[in-house]
Amino acid sequence: MNGSMTALAADPYNMIITGVGGQGNVLASRLLGNMLMAQGLNITIGETFGASQRGGSVMSHLRASTFNDLSPQIPKGRAHLVVSLEPTEALRVLKDYGSEQVHVLCNMRPIHAIAVISGEAQYPEAEQLKGWITDLSHKAWFLNATETAMEMGNPIFTNIILVGALSATGVLPLDRDIFEATIARMVPSDKIAKNLEAFDRGKDLIEN
Amino acid sequence: MSYLVQGKKGEQRLFMGNEAIARGALEAGISVAAGYPGTPSSEIIENLAKVSKDRHLYVEWSVNEKVALEVAAAASFAGLRALCVMKQNGVNVASDFLLHLAGSGTRAGLVLVPCDDPGALSSVNEGESRHFARLVEIPLLEPGNFQEAKEMVRYAFTLSEELRTLVMVRSVTRLSHASGNVTLGELPPTGSKAYFKHDGFILDQMEGAVISSPVEYKHTLQQERVQKAAELFEESPFNTYSGPPDPEVLLITSSACNLYSKEAVRLLQAESRVGILKMGTTWPLPPRFVERHLRMADTILIVEEVLPFLEESVKILAAELAPTIGVKTFYGKRDGAIPATGEMNPDRVIQGLARVLGIDYQPVSEGYAQKALESAFFGAPERDLTFCPGCPHRASFWSIHNALQLDHRQGFVCGDIGCYSLAMRPTGYETLKTLHAMGSGTGVASGFGMLREFGLDQPVLAVSGDSTFFHAVMPALANAAHHGANITVVVLDNSGTAMTGFQPHPGLTVDAEGNTVQALDIRRICEAMGVEVRQCDPFDLAATQATLLELISSRQGPNVLILKQLCALSPERKGKRMFNMHIDETICLGENCGCNRLCTRVFKCPGLIWDKAKRVSRIDDVICAGCGVCASICPAGAIQKEAV
Repeated sequence: MNGSMTALAADPYNMIITGVGGQGNVLASRLLGNMLMAQGLNITIGETFGASQRGGSVMSHLRASTFNDLSPQIPKGRAHLVVSLEPTEALRVLKDYGSEQVHVLCNMRPIHAIAVISGEAQYPEAEQLKGWITDLSHKAWFLNATETAMEMGNPIFTNIILVGALSATGVLPLDRDIFEATIARMVPSDKIAKNLEAFDRGKDLIEN
Repeated sequence: MSYLVQGKKGEQRLFMGNEAIARGALEAGISVAAGYPGTPSSEIIENLAKVSKDRHLYVEWSVNEKVALEVAAAASFAGLRALCVMKQNGVNVASDFLLHLAGSGTRAGLVLVPCDDPGALSSVNEGESRHFARLVEIPLLEPGNFQEAKEMVRYAFTLSEELRTLVMVRSVTRLSHASGNVTLGELPPTGSKAYFKHDGFILDQMEGAVISSPVEYKHTLQQERVQKAAELFEESPFNTYSGPPDPEVLLITSSACNLYSKEAVRLLQAESRVGILKMGTTWPLPPRFVERHLRMADTILIVEEVLPFLEESVKILAAELAPTIGVKTFYGKRDGAIPATGEMNPDRVIQGLARVLGIDYQPVSEGYAQKALESAFFGAPERDLTFCPGCPHRASFWSIHNALQLDHRQGFVCGDIGCYSLAMRPTGYETLKTLHAMGSGTGVASGFGMLREFGLDQPVLAVSGDSTFFHAVMPALANAAHHGANITVVVLDNSGTAMTGFQPHPGLTVDAEGNTVQALDIRRICEAMGVEVRQCDPFDLAATQATLLELISSRQGPNVLILKQLCALSPERKGKRMFNMHIDETICLGENCGCNRLCTRVFKCPGLIWDKAKRVSRIDDVICAGCGVCASICPAGAIQKEAV
């Protein structure tokens, strides 16, 4: 336990994984939770699945701690890390849960809300989004994980690419070995290699 | 084998609350589980169904919640432990049987787990099941964390057998759909035998007939059971106190609010000023245990979801005890310290507690909060819920909406419960004009349909999903048929209980455990009621709209249109496109077209993008599900489909 705790920047360490229904953040939060639990931490995950497949914003609150009585909802302004599968969702989360200390890892692929599709609302430019997010965080990483996933043949790998990228940021103890052991329990055996590739490509996006 | 039954006693798992509840039932040695799907409860029955062979269980998705409770009760009467699961408003459906079951009593352990949805995250109500426990006089337990969710369900079976009554264990979304570390217990051996003994003395609970009469005698027994429960709860390990021996404020809480309250006390650094009394047995309250804690402080704050249930029970006790414990000052829902609507979270508790303690709490600097608010206002456009790309409901409501517009008589649609409830929003062209309970669309329409003699001559439609049809639409349709109500019921048949994750229903050839079973044919059921039935593929917009116009013009009593097409997320369709979609940018005239970009401005499938720079519509290849419907609405023929 102590070994893990030295690796966590805070106790509890509060993460929010956010995106739009269907982007796979529920699986990502489970995966990260299991990877951190394997290192002796207590995990609390709060998820909103009601709208998970219906184009709404979806948030998973993931907390790693030595405490075992944490709220499944992170208190306002208390996120240490925001992993966002969609850039406008990062801003939405920062509004409620961000602070000067927060780290942000953000996939830049936009998903247009129906008000944007219809023209009632405007989708911001990528550079403007990056500016806002950078301004609201201690440190932010931006990447095009969806494009990398499509190069791999399926946008479904976006979430795993983000987990790989997160491991490379060094904000959490997420070794490749632990990823491999954990994903092996969560997907069929013929899917493990592809998931490892996604993890590695995510790492590369940060390291290179 | 499912991970739910893997692992030895003492091992830790990251379990969702619903998995913890299912595991608790398995550790209690249940033989039967029944429920009706409903968020946030569905994963309990799903997980039990997956282990039905390994654990020798009978698990079913019942036609509705009342039948689910009846099925579970039969197991109890025959000597088998049984679990019944539903969402909060499901208890309303089951409540008639529930009242009589409380009267008759039970035999083998019978536990009802309702999962409430404070804040209506996936509901059109935030009703509470807890009040039913008090109303029908059965014990109520509320787990305060994930481990307790498992332990409490296991204990509830023991309690049920000790009292010979049904026990309610109430969960909420933030336990059911949240996850945490859970330590496993032992799984007992399987192989229970069923036998219904019914020829003993009529008043013998274990051998006579199982009935709720003679009513006054049975009702007295029921109240004695509740009294006995209160006695047992005096020593319950599920009721705990943490804090100083003489707190300034005693915070009484239950369920997920226990976790919010602990967080609130920590963040306000008020550990030396506030004691938390976490109640796991919330009805009946153990009076002496509560009295001991009420004596500790003069100021009491009660934190719970949603209505002041615990608050009222504590206040009744405090009023009775006032001569010995003195007068207390209460904070909670009734004075507004804690909101009486919506779900709680750490911040709402912090707000209430900070007010009571006179502390100022600011989670982030004002500068940051202001900057974040402004960035989100400009940078994060509202994301309304939509039908999925490729969803048959978008096509169905496009046709219904258009048919009503063409008809010109101010027709309207009575809505019902399922994904298609979203048709009250822009994604379904705001087509639904009433929306209430399961089956209420057809019931309300049946009423509208009888108002012709008062001059109501608008076309009246109702929609129903396929699972909803069996759940509660059938009696409403029988009513409409019998009375000759002029209505058109549109059955949106997507072959599964799609909203909650494709649970089977009586219209399908598979059951919860995966066995092949007899499917009931919606069309033949309607025809047997003497109702005219038509069927279309909703992706065929022209045929659907023509049929609808014909049906709503009919004055021959109710008629039914079945719009049959698989859900876009169904295992058969997910990830498989029927068409590759493409937009010919040389043909698309965008805003200069007579349609003024109908596809993105009005149809609004998330698979379409309006390209501001090029001023044409585009297909988003990541999102498009390839249903081909948008090609049918493009008047210029710019949206083109190619069969896969």
